[in-house]
Amino acid sequence: MKSLEELAAIRERMQNKVVLREGSGDIRVVVGMATCGIAAGARPVLNAFVEEVNREGLSDKVTVTQTGCIGICQFEPVVEVFEAGKEKVTYVKMTPEKAKEVVEKHLKGGKVITDYVIKDI
Amino acid sequence: MKEISLNILDIAQNSVKAGAETVRIELKETTETLFVSISDDGCGMKPDFLAAVTDPFTTTRTTRNVGLGIPLFKLACEQTGGEFSIVSRDSENFPTDHGTTTSALFYKTSIDYTPLGDVISTLTVLIQGAPEIRWVFTHTLPGGEVRLDTDELKEALGGVPLSHPEVVAWIADYLKEQYDGANGNPCPSI
Ligand SMILES: Nc1ncnc2c1ncn2[C@@H]1O[C@H](COP(=O)(O)OP(=O)(O)OP(=O)(O)O)[C@@H](O)[C@H]1O
Ligand SMILES: [Mg+2]
Repeated sequence: MKSLEELAAIRERMQNKVVLREGSGDIRVVVGMATCGIAAGARPVLNAFVEEVNREGLSDKVTVTQTGCIGICQFEPVVEVFEAGKEKVTYVKMTPEKAKEVVEKHLKGGKVITDYVIKDI
Repeated sequence: MKEISLNILDIAQNSVKAGAETVRIELKETTETLFVSISDDGCGMKPDFLAAVTDPFTTTRTTRNVGLGIPLFKLACEQTGGEFSIVSRDSENFPTDHGTTTSALFYKTSIDYTPLGDVISTLTVLIQGAPEIRWVFTHTLPGGEVRLDTDELKEALGGVPLSHPEVVAWIADYLKEQYDGANGNPCPSI
């Protein structure tokens, strides 16, 4: 059975880390979560990013957030990646599988997956 | 929307945008019906705006470009022969008790009934996106009840944010376990 004690254990583990750097990640992943995004499949994409970032141990470096309509509804689910000193990268027509790939190759490996990117918007 | 849980996610995002401190999502399910209610203490809407938002195609669009979220939810339940209701008190006229309650009754026996789907994913997305809000969820099923109140979790978590991926994963497991116990609807892909 799941119990609240497990949460206390997570808390302890976190406190043993240096500092809780909430939202101070160097990379910000923003998933469009308005009606258009949700209808097109943004929910599993968001969950895939959260899970994969955690699995790859990137939680300190990468913050996953949500936003409303990005304005290109026909390309939803849309995901934007912001990184200090770099140009914004906009991934379109995302799926959980593509999200996994983006975490591995781009967020971890530093290589933009140009096949999934939209240019000039 | 392919699942009612996606409508719920969409409607609850309105509550987040309305600056709610507490959002209550209540599901009551029998073998024949599903009742959904999303209730917040956000800024609310004035009556004429509320009318335009609910029926964007029959009301003159003088206010602004209205969205699709509420009309889609309304349509989804009415297609099953059910009923939709939205009640709102705006913060100007009701400074101490403002907020919005959106509710819908679905008939599960209708051929136009879309399944409830993955409610757990809806909740984890909402909590991950707005961890500062108090989320209270209850789902009453013929075989039992599933519930979650993020205030109770916050106490155990101390300063660790609810949006931390490990906490989000724990919440998903916690709900799944309750659904297994309540013999509830299948929650795919967790
Ligand atoms: N719970 C709520 N509290 C306050 N205002 C609300 C609430 N729900 C809806 N509204 C108002 O009604 C409008 C239309 O909501 P609807 O969900 O139909 O569209 P939308 O797709 O969310 O559009 P938008 O992205 O502009 O919010 C919202 O933009 C908001 O102004
Ligand atoms: Mg909406």
